[in-house]
Amino acid sequence: MSLSELRKGEEAIVESVPEGQIRHQLLRFGIAPGSRVVCHARIPFGPVVLKFGGQEIALGRALADSLKVRRAS
Amino acid sequence: MGGAHTHSPPQLSAEGRKKLVLAGNPNVGKSVFFGAFSGMYVEVSNFPGTTVEVLAGKVGDWALFDTPGVYGVGSFNDEERVARDVILDADVVVNVVDSTHLERDLFLTIQIIDMGIPVVVALNFADEAEGLGLKIGAGRLSELLGVEVIPCTAVAGRGIAEVLAAVERARPGIPTPEIEKRVTALLDRIDERPEALMVAEGDEVVAGIHGVHLSGGEKGREEIYILRRARVNEVVEKAVSRPAGGGALRSAIGALCLSPFSGLVILFLVLWGSYELVGVLIAGEVVGVTEEKIMQGLYEPWVRGAVARFISPDGFLGVLLVGEFGVLTMTVTYLLGLLLPLVAGFYLTLSLLEDSGYLPRLAAFVDRVMSSIGLNGRAVIPIILGFGCVQLGTITTRILGSNRERTIATAILNFVIPCSAQIGVITGMLASIGPKYTAAYGLVIFACLVAVGTVMGRAVPGETTPLLIDLPPMRLPKPSNVLRKTGMRTFFFMKEAWPWFMAGALGVTLMLQSGLLDLWQKFLSPLTEGWLKLPGEAATAFIMGMVRRDFGAAGLMELSLSPWQTVVSLVTITLFVPCIASLMVLFKERGFRQGIYIWLGSWVLAFSVGGILAQIVL
Repeated sequence: MSLSELRKGEEAIVESVPEGQIRHQLLRFGIAPGSRVVCHARIPFGPVVLKFGGQEIALGRALADSLKVRRAS
Repeated sequence: MGGAHTHSPPQLSAEGRKKLVLAGNPNVGKSVFFGAFSGMYVEVSNFPGTTVEVLAGKVGDWALFDTPGVYGVGSFNDEERVARDVILDADVVVNVVDSTHLERDLFLTIQIIDMGIPVVVALNFADEAEGLGLKIGAGRLSELLGVEVIPCTAVAGRGIAEVLAAVERARPGIPTPEIEKRVTALLDRIDERPEALMVAEGDEVVAGIHGVHLSGGEKGREEIYILRRARVNEVVEKAVSRPAGGGALRSAIGALCLSPFSGLVILFLVLWGSYELVGVLIAGEVVGVTEEKIMQGLYEPWVRGAVARFISPDGFLGVLLVGEFGVLTMTVTYLLGLLLPLVAGFYLTLSLLEDSGYLPRLAAFVDRVMSSIGLNGRAVIPIILGFGCVQLGTITTRILGSNRERTIATAILNFVIPCSAQIGVITGMLASIGPKYTAAYGLVIFACLVAVGTVMGRAVPGETTPLLIDLPPMRLPKPSNVLRKTGMRTFFFMKEAWPWFMAGALGVTLMLQSGLLDLWQKFLSPLTEGWLKLPGEAATAFIMGMVRRDFGAAGLMELSLSPWQTVVSLVTITLFVPCIASLMVLFKERGFRQGIYIWLGSWVLAFSVGGILAQIVL
């Protein structure tokens, strides 16, 4: 499933990240395959906000669509 | 942690002092260190992108450099390139990190350590981390990284002296073993370790300088980033313990800014609060005292009397100094009585918003709306800054991800966004004619904003980058920092603004005295009187508006206009050309051609929209 399908408060493990520069930027922030993230907020038709460790990061909808995750139970 | 452990000698500058460089992620308080070290205060901001220029100073025997806040050293954007060049050349780096954000911040720390440059880590916001219940073993961190790690709370002045003392004994840290191997493998071709790391990470610019051919640069970077990310996570795991649910309150406040309903309410409250502060309190009450009572009531009669003792006030020089547009009368009154309080009020509002951490959340909140005009939410930051000063907004478009976004944002800024000084004058004029006309003005300007955005979004080729923005913790702004920042910004604005005002006032007086102003008014009268249905004298306001936008609006204040004429004139002056200073910045940032298109386009847009409105309502 894609990141944008997560509901608010759900936890997930990142499975894959899009190629290119964006992947490097996500790695710097700490998002890589295997990272555990929580969906902190969702703006309707807009960005998904992830929370992990002490930080919050907003990802635009198109980017959130292209990030694959699986739910962590 | 063993592994290869080769220390290359630190790079020495060819001559003079050794270089001490401050590096860190955005909003970690680097600038406070710079100010404390060098004795000079610089801006501290809560969003990426204000410190594009490198600040230099001195501390003891060291030459001190500040760098733009970056999440890593590389070539992703201008700021990173600037930071990279300064860091590569450093003798010692003071790496400021946010204790509440170590997973993110240590990526840069370890990258600098991998370069082999001696580092001191300043663990800033230590008090805040403690408040959140975070337990950070500074000693353990120091062991794992191989460099000194010093807890501090820079805004309160704690830990700064200790960091400075540690600089003298700074040493290179423990590089990541697998990355170290790759760097060592390159050292036969590149003798500088930091550069070798950049090449191993696939940095084409540095590779080019050293004449090394890159094979699979992107792949090399990704592999190194994955290794480094794994090490950061390991270090954080060993040295930091985070209680569950820490910082729940401020996280909840942050979430409120993002959810659709409360987000709108908060946005509305922020706008309303800003309007009450700048539009009502300052533009009304404060300016009433400073402009009318102090400047026009006390200062102007005094200066007229003083000048009249030496020269005739009706002579050429007298008119120049104390006449209608006098350099000593109107100009000074306007600068100190009107502009100064308004600009200070605007910067106070902006500084509060910045330091609270609201702006990046606003960027996420409006991302969807901005994407309909070809921008991502990040563009809200230069546009908000543009409400302060269009120049500042235009410069800040550098933080946008693509040329297309920079072009669109620059066009919106220079076509439709009025600057704080102009807003001040406009608000004053609108307040006197009532809410109905104010709404009409707002609607027309908003429609223009949407129209310009939509047209540009369709017409400008290229791609819009997706939003990826770090949301810093919500923080209660520190009054001392907000006041210092407001003071600095206001001072620099006024310092930059006053010569243009003087020149504008002089120019208008000269045109008036020589009869050129009459000619210009006659020349423009088909437009002003025929098309806009305003008095002929409005042409003077447009002359002044070319010098400074607020100056133009102030020129309209002198005229006796009906309420609808006021609306038409304000719409026209808002959409009119950017001021001379903004035009210069526009040329510098976006090139001469784009600058001229925007400048000429503003004439067309302002007179078209103003005229059509006049034809409808007048």
